Amino acid sequence: MGMPSLPVFGDGNLHIDEPFPDAAHRELGNTQMRANLRHATHTIRDKRLKVVGELPDWEELRDAGAATKNHVMANLPALLEEFEKNFTARGGVIHWARDSHEANKIVAQLIKEQETDEVVKVKSMATQEIGLNEYLEEQGISALETDLAELIVQLGHDKPSHILVPAIHKNRTEVRDIFLAEMPNVDPNLTDEPRLLAMAAREHLRRKFLAAKVAISGANFALADSGTLAVVESEGNGRMCLTLPETLITVMGIEKLLPGKEDLEVFMQLLPRSSTGERMNPYTSLWTGVTEGDGPQNVHLVMLDNGRTAALADKYGRTALNCIRCSACMNVCPVYERTGGHAYGSTYPGPIGAILTPLLTGIKSEENSSLPYASSLCGACYDACPVKINIPEILVHLRGEDVDSKRGKKKLPTQMDLMMKGAGWAFSSGKNLALLEKGLPLGKLAAGRDKKIKRLPGIAAGWTQSRDIPAPPSQSFRDWWKKEHQSPAKTEQEK
Amino acid sequence: MKIALFATCIVDAMYPQTARATVKILEHLGHEVIFPTGQACCGQMHINSGYMDEALPVVTNHVEAFEADHYDVAVAPSGSCVASVKHQHPILAERCGDAALKARAEAVGAKTYELSQLLVDVLGVTNAAEQLGSHFPHKVTYHPSCHGMRSLGLGDRQLDLLKSVGGIEFTDLPEADQCCGFGGTFSMKNADVSSAMLEDKTKNIESTGASLCSGGDASCLMHIGGGLSRTKSDTTTLHFAEILASTIDEPVSVTGEVFVGKGGK
Amino acid sequence: MSAKEEILSRITSALRDAPTPEPVPREYRRTSDMPEAELIELLVDRIEDYKAHVDVVDSAQLAATIAERLKDATSFVVPHGINEDWLVEAAPANDARRRVDAPGAILSIPELDSTDAVLTSSAVSIAESGTIVLDGTPDQGRRAISLVPDHHVCVVPVSTIVRLLPEALPRMDITRPLTWISGPSATSDIELERVEGVHGPRQLDVIVVKGL
Repeated sequence: MGMPSLPVFGDGNLHIDEPFPDAAHRELGNTQMRANLRHATHTIRDKRLKVVGELPDWEELRDAGAATKNHVMANLPALLEEFEKNFTARGGVIHWARDSHEANKIVAQLIKEQETDEVVKVKSMATQEIGLNEYLEEQGISALETDLAELIVQLGHDKPSHILVPAIHKNRTEVRDIFLAEMPNVDPNLTDEPRLLAMAAREHLRRKFLAAKVAISGANFALADSGTLAVVESEGNGRMCLTLPETLITVMGIEKLLPGKEDLEVFMQLLPRSSTGERMNPYTSLWTGVTEGDGPQNVHLVMLDNGRTAALADKYGRTALNCIRCSACMNVCPVYERTGGHAYGSTYPGPIGAILTPLLTGIKSEENSSLPYASSLCGACYDACPVKINIPEILVHLRGEDVDSKRGKKKLPTQMDLMMKGAGWAFSSGKNLALLEKGLPLGKLAAGRDKKIKRLPGIAAGWTQSRDIPAPPSQSFRDWWKKEHQSPAKTEQEK
Repeated sequence: MKIALFATCIVDAMYPQTARATVKILEHLGHEVIFPTGQACCGQMHINSGYMDEALPVVTNHVEAFEADHYDVAVAPSGSCVASVKHQHPILAERCGDAALKARAEAVGAKTYELSQLLVDVLGVTNAAEQLGSHFPHKVTYHPSCHGMRSLGLGDRQLDLLKSVGGIEFTDLPEADQCCGFGGTFSMKNADVSSAMLEDKTKNIESTGASLCSGGDASCLMHIGGGLSRTKSDTTTLHFAEILASTIDEPVSVTGEVFVGKGGK
Repeated sequence: MSAKEEILSRITSALRDAPTPEPVPREYRRTSDMPEAELIELLVDRIEDYKAHVDVVDSAQLAATIAERLKDATSFVVPHGINEDWLVEAAPANDARRRVDAPGAILSIPELDSTDAVLTSSAVSIAESGTIVLDGTPDQGRRAISLVPDHHVCVVPVSTIVRLLPEALPRMDITRPLTWISGPSATSDIELERVEGVHGPRQLDVIVVKGL
């Protein structure tokens, strides 16, 4: 295929427009959101641990899941061709989109061909990523989100903050208030009981489902050897969208492929348990092109790149594409738990977002270089990931990409640059460190009578905003060893 | 057995008593401890901050320092630094295109153990009171540091050793598996989030009523201890090696002071 | 260059280091050996956990049980291939409550919406996760009929129950439109607490039939 080309990055809702620490600072001040998130993430953690613990072969399933996805990425061209052949043979139509704009245009055109200005949508990360709803609105088409949490976000003129439960930052009372304010014909006596809120959503959407001509979906999996697509959901809004309208348009990232049916036996065990903490989600729909007399007869699939090939080109980062969008990593992440998803700016928040977003857009895009630092590298995400994406390792890799991308471009080194340079000197030889340690008594002096250092300048002030530093000892271990422990014979030899 | 001590930079400079306790435990068990003098730091601060070029000489120095002496195994009183030596060093060498260094780093990493790993898996220590004479009559809780717990899979090794110390009163830490928020330069770059994590950790520690919180990583303990100190808490932090090294004859106080000889000398 | 050609070319460039992943290890459980009684017990436990109602009956009791489950429905839909013997007590062929959906004689969406319940058979069930698979064959019908009515009565012959998902997949024709059902419709979207009953059928009654 000619000369290797440079990676082509993605665009769309994939940017944080202020550095993560600033966004996090703002979000941390929202105590209601933090309480909601703490409650929700702790609930889901316990549920996930219980259903994962039930399976004696969970680790073997993870191993199979990870290896399958690695195999898919290594053989992507052949699998895509195979999928297209099978899907097309059964009456489906495939479109390819290099980026978000191309995908949006294709979808809008397909809708216009059906002469309608309203479509129903089942929750899809890909369409969120490309900003499809906003584009359709510009084109005079209203896209109605039908997933309960998406509906809450849409009615509340809000942004999703979680990939599985986009309204996770809202509690039941806030949801009730949004419904009362924004939902036409809602019962004014609606309480905040979740069951009744779900009923209100059912009433609100039912006519729309039954009358819709066009539905838009994402896909969780695509099976290459049969041309089958799968959508995993809970509420039945997915089934409504995938079954009743005459036209179905699916938008899917090219990385969603699986080789074949037997792979579902792995992924359909991994996904529900990792995402909602259920043994199985209420509904999974699978369709292969068009089936006469059953479901949509006009079936389209948009295969989306939008930076995925750029992520694939990063050999230390490409396993981020193995993500099956379960959200387990954000549910266990101590940073996400406290900042919420909005702080990450992108469609993809949490640990996976902190790697996937800059991989899709390139590390130099807007403030996305701040995302890989949004982690204490505690590793809880890696433990929870059903396909064993080593998120901490990729975070560190992307930090390296960020530092390297800025080398030589700055007029003056940053404080961090200087600190790293100084520490690099001290830590690259035992002699240098020993020399530096001669200064320990000075630190002890600085700490004063209460033996604590309470304020440091520059970037180290971040540390002393909430922590003291103990007074250093008067003698390093190295010094003690040499003077008081090491045998005299050895000391003699060194001389 | 001849054991090479990797003190780690933070213990060497800030918490020498942790390394001294490590030496004391190993010598008590009859092993010879050596200190490769070329050692400095594992380099993970540089690596985790993305300064790979600056990390390379630090990692190279570590590999050279631990190739210079003959020994059976190396040990460090830190899960995090050992995880770096074992996992990050070979990756960094590969990334920098140095296949020879990668192989050498893997060889050093294979011989390097975290202290509780060495004590339990290699030296067969399961009862600190009986085998080490450990005695520490204080109420203690324990924070398992992330890298030891997740990267090295230490499980309950440190915890079980602590629980087997004579006279100790152990109390479980709520939400123990949650990160304290240190994360190296994360605590500076994302100081607000780090502080929020630390606040929950210190609250959980204080809720136990323990006199101190123990753990296996001096860096996390410095972070947690710094937070407790700032809130004027009486609770302190102490590395588990120092608790294991505390005996009836040479007791260690909750602040880590060592009293040499019963009644002082 | 077409979008397809360009994307494939980008992928080829991205993979120029020619990664060679390890073969997929399939060390997880793919077969099981569970006596029928335990299999039924497991399936019932899992389905009830989803807040669905389950009857376990002998084939001789099936017609009466179906009649009992449908007794409050003023109308119900059946796919054209449903076994007539199942309906002898609930609604004989001339019963006004019964609406048949057949190819060439399908019920419209408003008709389905005005129907209280649906009775279908099922293709295969997975005990470990409490999952029932419908595959659109004549005794299960097209997908819309088991979706729009608010009450689904689903027959599960014991011979179609397996323990594990890997045992179920070989029994599915993957190119048929498949619906995997694990309990009534539900959502966890408010505070991540599961509540049953949203857009799909809010009531799911499962009848497990021994000897079938």
